[in-house]
This record gives sequence, structure tokens and C-alpha cells, in this order.
Amino acid sequence: MKRTIRRLATPGFLFGSAIVLFWVICALFGPYLEPQNPYADDLMNPLAPPSFAHWFGTDQIGRDVFSRIIAGARSILSVAPAATLLSAVCGTTLGLITGYVGGWLDAVLSRLIDVILALPLIVVALVVLVALGPSSLNVTLVIALVFTPIIARTVRSAVLAECKLDYVPAAQLRDENALHIMFAEILPNILPPIVVEVTVRLGYAIFTVASLSFLGFGIQPPSADWGLSIAENYGLIVGGYGWTVGFAALATASLVVSVNLVAEGLQDALQ
Amino acid sequence: MTQAATLRAVARRAALSALTLLLLSMVVFAAGQILPGDVARSILGPLADARAVAALNHQLGTDAPPVLMYGRWIGHLLRGDMGLSYAYRSPVAPFIVNALGKSLLLAAVTSVIVVPLSIGAGIIAALKHGQWQDRLITLGGLSLTVVPEFVSGILLILVFGVWLRWLPISANTRPGTGALEQLRHLILPALPLVLILFGYISRIARAGMIEALESDYTRTATLKGLARRQVVIRHVLRNALLPTITVIAAQTSYLLGGLVVVETLFRYQGIGSLILTAARGKDYPMLEAGILTVGVAYIVSAILADVIIAVLDPRSQAARR
Repeated sequence: MKRTIRRLATPGFLFGSAIVLFWVICALFGPYLEPQNPYADDLMNPLAPPSFAHWFGTDQIGRDVFSRIIAGARSILSVAPAATLLSAVCGTTLGLITGYVGGWLDAVLSRLIDVILALPLIVVALVVLVALGPSSLNVTLVIALVFTPIIARTVRSAVLAECKLDYVPAAQLRDENALHIMFAEILPNILPPIVVEVTVRLGYAIFTVASLSFLGFGIQPPSADWGLSIAENYGLIVGGYGWTVGFAALATASLVVSVNLVAEGLQDALQ
Repeated sequence: MTQAATLRAVARRAALSALTLLLLSMVVFAAGQILPGDVARSILGPLADARAVAALNHQLGTDAPPVLMYGRWIGHLLRGDMGLSYAYRSPVAPFIVNALGKSLLLAAVTSVIVVPLSIGAGIIAALKHGQWQDRLITLGGLSLTVVPEFVSGILLILVFGVWLRWLPISANTRPGTGALEQLRHLILPALPLVLILFGYISRIARAGMIEALESDYTRTATLKGLARRQVVIRHVLRNALLPTITVIAAQTSYLLGGLVVVETLFRYQGIGSLILTAARGKDYPMLEAGILTVGVAYIVSAILADVIIAVLDPRSQAARR
């Protein structure tokens, strides 16, 4: 444990964690940090360039961009982690069962993964969201649905490797119940690869939620979500109003890159 | 390796692909025609007369049992009939063909930029294994793969289009523009896709290079007294770059998904923006055809990669057994 922590102390991991922590604080305490109401329009003052009054300028209906960037952390940092957590729970369960029990369930899962991977994630999500209607809940469910078999596959191959070790047959000889072997014996031993996979998935969940919001099928107005803000304002780029979208783009980029740095650090330290 | 075995492997791949495609068509059909419920109601709106809704459902064939509808749909598809667009009231196929052509052009521009760039970077990283150049390329590439296309696209537009004014912002050109100028308009839209793919391809190229550099045949070549440059060019590169082809094909799926976002951002009328427009307008026949086209494109590229590798390297067939 101590060794793992020491191996985590790389510049990349520390930098990534610091930025992620910053956005988590914005998401949790946003309303106390925003200098102005991120939803209040000011039609007398639209598209104002950055100034002391508005650090990042204002958007096309005069809302304060700086406050909206802080407020925007909350929507993406609730939908993406919720989807990842849901798929982690379902995927781990499914992976344990398919890896340990095997048989036809295993074959069905592999085919299912092939189909899911044959289509870009965004397109799969679009199809389902068109049918169900876009909402934060549906976005969470769609991403969880797509990530579940992917996580299950990682868990499954880890389980298969574990089953070759002596402690699993030993537990079977002791006549332990299959559920006990899967969740109490095997699961603790395969946690490291699961943690890494889930962190990597979190990065892709953020990627996907942001992209869906940009396309209009993710988080819905009047949220201050970054992807949504970019969708609402990117037509103004040509006019030279870059601040209405540039800061939201930088915020999104900093969050995904940081989550990725954390995932990389975890992978190097745990494996 | 016999030719028969190669053929068998390709046939097996094709059979698996056909199965995948069949499942895919079921999923797409379920999402497009069963989940939304009453198609005619969603077209005509909540205020329409119930008789009009029933009549339109009958006319569209959406009042039949799902299994029958699916059979009919597949039957038409196999004959090349993708159905009528709800939005345009005209056949879907010409829209798909036109949009696919535009998307393939954008994908081609992307590949022409990203393949040499990332393979070159992978080679440099492998030759400088463990040094700062290697870390920069590896970590930088990996970080870029997770930045959404619309985010990097916005930043690229701001820097190269608005601030430096080096590249045109719009992907579209006036009719009659020269081919070269048209390509220039596609550079900025291609770059976000390039950034995503760069990390994946350079990582595999680097790993292949490192493995080849540490192999016995490289040591033999070096011990024979060949210059380092000769060893790399003659012995290492050919062996190192084979796995890279598989990865490039596997990334086609990402590329196609990225097209939806990039084409929207740059208002380019390719298959991605066609799918998005169909999704927004609940134009299910168009949506289903577009998505199936994307799925087929992915599967075809995967088969192509298999064939290329089988032709270039008989060992990969033996290793798969």
C-alpha cells in the first residue's frame, strides 16, 4: 500500500489530481464561488469582452461567462461519474459471472461487445436518446449501458486469470458457495485492474457527455454546461466573440486531460 | 502458410461480421421503429386526428407487427432500397451516397495527415525510448486522445482561423472552387480528428518499434556491422509497422463517430451531420440507413485490415491459431 502511494507521486498524477480536485470543488461549492448569477441575463450588456466586471466576458444574452464556467462543472461532474459508477457496478457483476460461470452467457456477452464496438459510442447514444428523449437521466443510463459490457470484458479476463490460481479451487473444495467465491475471494484480488479501467471509463464518460451536450442530446438548457454553452455560442466565433466558447473549451479540455493523467498514474502504480 | 488457410480465416471473419451486422440491424431497427412508439403520431403531432394517424401508419407500414416490419425492412435493404425519408418525402439512398462521399473525403484528408505524422512520432519515441522526446510524445498523444473533437475544434478555430487567419473556418466552398482550395477548407475540420487518432496510432507504432528494436534479428543485423540507419530502415520498420495497420482500422469507428461532431461544428454535409439532422428531426428511415452505413463502413475496414495483414505477414495467421 505504502509502495503504491509512493509510486503514485509522479508529477503527472499530482497535477491531474489537483485540477480534478479544483473542478470537484467548483461542482460542490459553485454557488458560493460564482461572482455573479450564472443564469441571470443582462440584455443591455451582451457579448461584452473580458473586463474587470466580467473576467471572461458575457455571452449573447449578457450572462457572466466566468460564473457559468464554474456552474458548468456541476452538471458534467454529476452525470459522467454517475454513469461510470453504474457501469462499474453492473460491469463488475457481469464480468465476475461470465468469467466464473462461463458457457453461453460468455458467448452472448462477447457478441454483444462486438456489436457495441462496431458503432461509435456517440452514434449509439444518439439512437437511444432520440427514442427515449434527451435528459440527464437518459444520458447517464445510455453511457452506463454501453460501458457495462466493456468493463465486464476487463473483469472477465481478470477473473479467468485468477481462476487458474490455487486459492479458487481450494475454495471450491471447501464447498464455498459460488457467490462467496466470486465476490469475497476473487473480487478483492482483481480490484487494481478494475480501478484503472473505471478511471479510464470516467474520462470517456466526460468526453461523451460533453459531446452529446454539444450536439443537443445531452444536458439541456438552461444549464450552464460547457458543451451546451459551446453549442449555443459557437456561431459567434466568426464575429470575433471567442470568449463565449474559448473558456468553456479550455475548461472541458483541462478536466478530461486531468482525469486521463490520473488514470495513467493509477495504471503505472497498480500494475 | 497455405492459401486455403488464409481464405478460411478471411471467411471466418466475414461470417462473424455478417452476424455482427445482423445484430446491429436489429438494434438499429428496435431503436428506430419500436422504441419511439407511434411513428405517425410523432410526425403529425399530438393534435392530429386519430383517423389521420391510423391512415398514415398504414401508409408507412408502421401498423404491422414488429417482426413483420423488420422482415420487410431488411428485404428492402438487401435490394438496395433504404426507404423514404420522412422529412424530405423522397428516397433515402441518394442522400446517404452523397453524404458518404463527402465524409470519405474528410476521412481521407484526416488519414493523409495523421498516418505519416503519428507513425513518424512513434518511430522517434521508440528510438529515443525513455528520454524526454519519448515522454512528450507518449503523454502528449495520450492526453490529446481524450479531448472531445468539438473542444479541440473550437480551440483550433480560435487560433488558426480567427487569430492567425492561416486556415479557412468553413468546410464548405462556393461551387466552382478549385480542388486544391476545397482541400484547404478541409484541413481545419480534419485536425480535431487527427489529434484524437494521433495518440492511438503513435502508441502502437512506438510499441511495435521497441519490440522490433529489441528482437534477435535486429541484433543480428547490428552485429553484421550494418549502420543503425540501415538496420532501422531495412529490418525494424517493416516488422514494426504491421500491428499499426490493425490499429488504424480499429480506430475507424472513432473516426466515424468523430465525424458527427466535427461535421456539425464545421457545418459540413457528411454522413455524420446527416445522422444528426435525422436524429433531430426524428427522420427514422434516414437515421437507420445512416447508422447502418457507419456500421458497415467499420466492418469493411476491419476486414480490409485483416486482408492487408494476411497478405503482408503470413506469420500473423499462424500466430492466431
